[in-house]
Amino acid sequence: MSLGFLVLFLPLIASAITLLVSRRRAMLSSYISTASALICLLITVSLIQNGDNKELGSFNWIQVGDFQLNIALELTGLGKGMLLVVTLIGFLVHLFSIGYMKEDSGMARYFGGLSLFMFSMTGIVLANNLAMMFIFWELVGVSSYLLIGHWYHKHSAAEAAKKAFLVNRIGDFGFMIGILLIWGAFGSVNFAEISNSLSVNKYDQNLLNWAMVCIFCGAIGKSAQVPLHVWLPDAMEGPTPVSALIHAATMVAAGVFMLTKVLFIIEVAPVAASLIQYVGALTALLAALMATQQDDIKKVLAYSTLSQLGYMIMAVGFAGYLYNGETLGEKASNAGFFHLYTHAFFKALLFLGSGAIIYACHHEQNIWKMGGLLKRMKITSITFLIGTAALCGVFPLSGFFSKDAVMAAAQNNPLLLSIGCFVAFLTSFYMTRLCVIVFFGKSKSWSAEEAKEVPIIMLLPLIVLSFGAIFAGYSFSYDWFVSYDKIIHPKGALPLMLSLIGLSGVLMGVFLYKGRTSEPCNIKVLKNKFYLDEIYLIIVRISQEFIAKFAKVIDRVFIDGFFVRGGAKLVSEVGSKLRGIQSGNLQGYAFLFAIGVILVLFIINSLIG
Amino acid sequence: MPTLNEYLLMSGLLFSIGLAGVLLRGNIIIILMSLEMMLSAANLALVSFWRFGGGGGLPSDSYSPQVMVFFVITVAAAEVAVGLAIIVALFRSRQTVEIHELSSMKG
Repeated sequence: MSLGFLVLFLPLIASAITLLVSRRRAMLSSYISTASALICLLITVSLIQNGDNKELGSFNWIQVGDFQLNIALELTGLGKGMLLVVTLIGFLVHLFSIGYMKEDSGMARYFGGLSLFMFSMTGIVLANNLAMMFIFWELVGVSSYLLIGHWYHKHSAAEAAKKAFLVNRIGDFGFMIGILLIWGAFGSVNFAEISNSLSVNKYDQNLLNWAMVCIFCGAIGKSAQVPLHVWLPDAMEGPTPVSALIHAATMVAAGVFMLTKVLFIIEVAPVAASLIQYVGALTALLAALMATQQDDIKKVLAYSTLSQLGYMIMAVGFAGYLYNGETLGEKASNAGFFHLYTHAFFKALLFLGSGAIIYACHHEQNIWKMGGLLKRMKITSITFLIGTAALCGVFPLSGFFSKDAVMAAAQNNPLLLSIGCFVAFLTSFYMTRLCVIVFFGKSKSWSAEEAKEVPIIMLLPLIVLSFGAIFAGYSFSYDWFVSYDKIIHPKGALPLMLSLIGLSGVLMGVFLYKGRTSEPCNIKVLKNKFYLDEIYLIIVRISQEFIAKFAKVIDRVFIDGFFVRGGAKLVSEVGSKLRGIQSGNLQGYAFLFAIGVILVLFIINSLIG
Repeated sequence: MPTLNEYLLMSGLLFSIGLAGVLLRGNIIIILMSLEMMLSAANLALVSFWRFGGGGGLPSDSYSPQVMVFFVITVAAAEVAVGLAIIVALFRSRQTVEIHELSSMKG
């Protein structure tokens, strides 16, 4: 078995063992699962050292006529970076979970889900065709569903899991149509083959645009872009390490990764590309606005994730942006991926940090009940602050470089550039707000007063990730999967301007929230997430009611009235009319019979005659 | 010697009387007898056609029609046996063989 298949299937085997064999022995399950993650990480490192490999293993899965569908693995370019992110952060999250989930009765089930997720995510990264990617795309959806609903006895968690799954289905449906369009146009779903035939033949612009828009629908769902972003904040009902791995670092970034995989289509589909830019920018803006008014520590981070995902999507969209008669192409999408890469580290760090805080505060998630944690949980707080600084784009940290790259991709479009800058301001503002409330000032409840530093197994991932958050932005960290000059870099004073914008956000956050014990400025619209959930609810309700009423009429009038009752009535009416014929008189029957015979004879006679 | 037409007339008469008996008489036993009469009429027609050579391609020394007639008579005997048995069973349960009183199948 090739190393590629090993790295793909090992987590699946671990998941099967955990779920089927060692389910009753929680600690053993967690060790099996973590060991598989560690082995995957090691294999990944060795695979990466071998460089690009387009033939990592393949077998023929479906053959229909000329069409052949392979389960084939490739590890190229950005895929290497993505695979490292998945396995490294995956492993750290496994490690953290051993501490975090220690007292949970469903620990074995949890680790089974985690391993299943690792399997699915690796499949997305290694897929060399769209169909295989779609299969694993659905699989991450399933594992995400299982993990969000881990505490299924809690109503809100079960609902959130359902919501995440259903909302994703909407996007995935578009993705599927997109794949079919691509297949119709190119006769292949293999990335390399599509790319080749695009460079050789000329294709209809409209078709490409539509196909790209449909494929982008998949990314809208999975990467939680407006208008399908509503599932991600709710997904925070899941255990916090899951939020770190799935809903911050890897799965939600799968949409961005997938877009970089079909980059060659974005480059030739300008309409779809600009749609991608604007959806990304809108998401970044709305999510950042909503993040400023959240009280739940995980919700703040969730909206922040949304907003950063918006950045990435926007940057990838700029791959199809025409500037001076040329598309920005790879340079822009690499900027988006660069941000994905650094974001994975510092956002996983922030989520795991918040997990540690929640763990220490006896599962208290409201930031207004925390406070003063810097003194009580030094290491956690410092790593969290490092993550915050990276997210805000403070100079020597990773976020600074990647955010600059994203802004550089947008620098020729004044509207989107200014949206991006405003989002940067909001980002540092809400993160400062969070830190000021949680780490400084006085403790606002007993759970915060009693908070103690978390055990070493949870601290270790935090420390490793904070190194990632600091250094991921330097070229030695990413040069092996995307070289420095293949990323767009800002010109002139843009970095300085962004730093000043960030600084003003920090200052405003400190100024507004220092020493506060409750929210000083309530903005209802933002707190209620622009009432989008409510609006969706109303839309769903209205449309459902309409459909239900329509269906009711159809059911009552046609199905019940016409077919069921109508049929029965017809039979009974005809029967009651015809029963008169049954006289019960034997001789009457005989008479009719005789007449019948005579008639038949007469007819036969006249036919022959 | 009578002609074919006379035989056929006889057969038709016999059949009509039988049919009239089936349709008009009230006693089941008489109806059964009338049925036998109709069978005999048919047999008569059959043998007379054979006798007068209307054999439809049969050679003149073929005895198939006669065999056929015997066959019909045999079946008729069997039928009478079954029919009478039914009538006896009917009389046991209903104490009547009058057809007008047996109308429980009326819809």
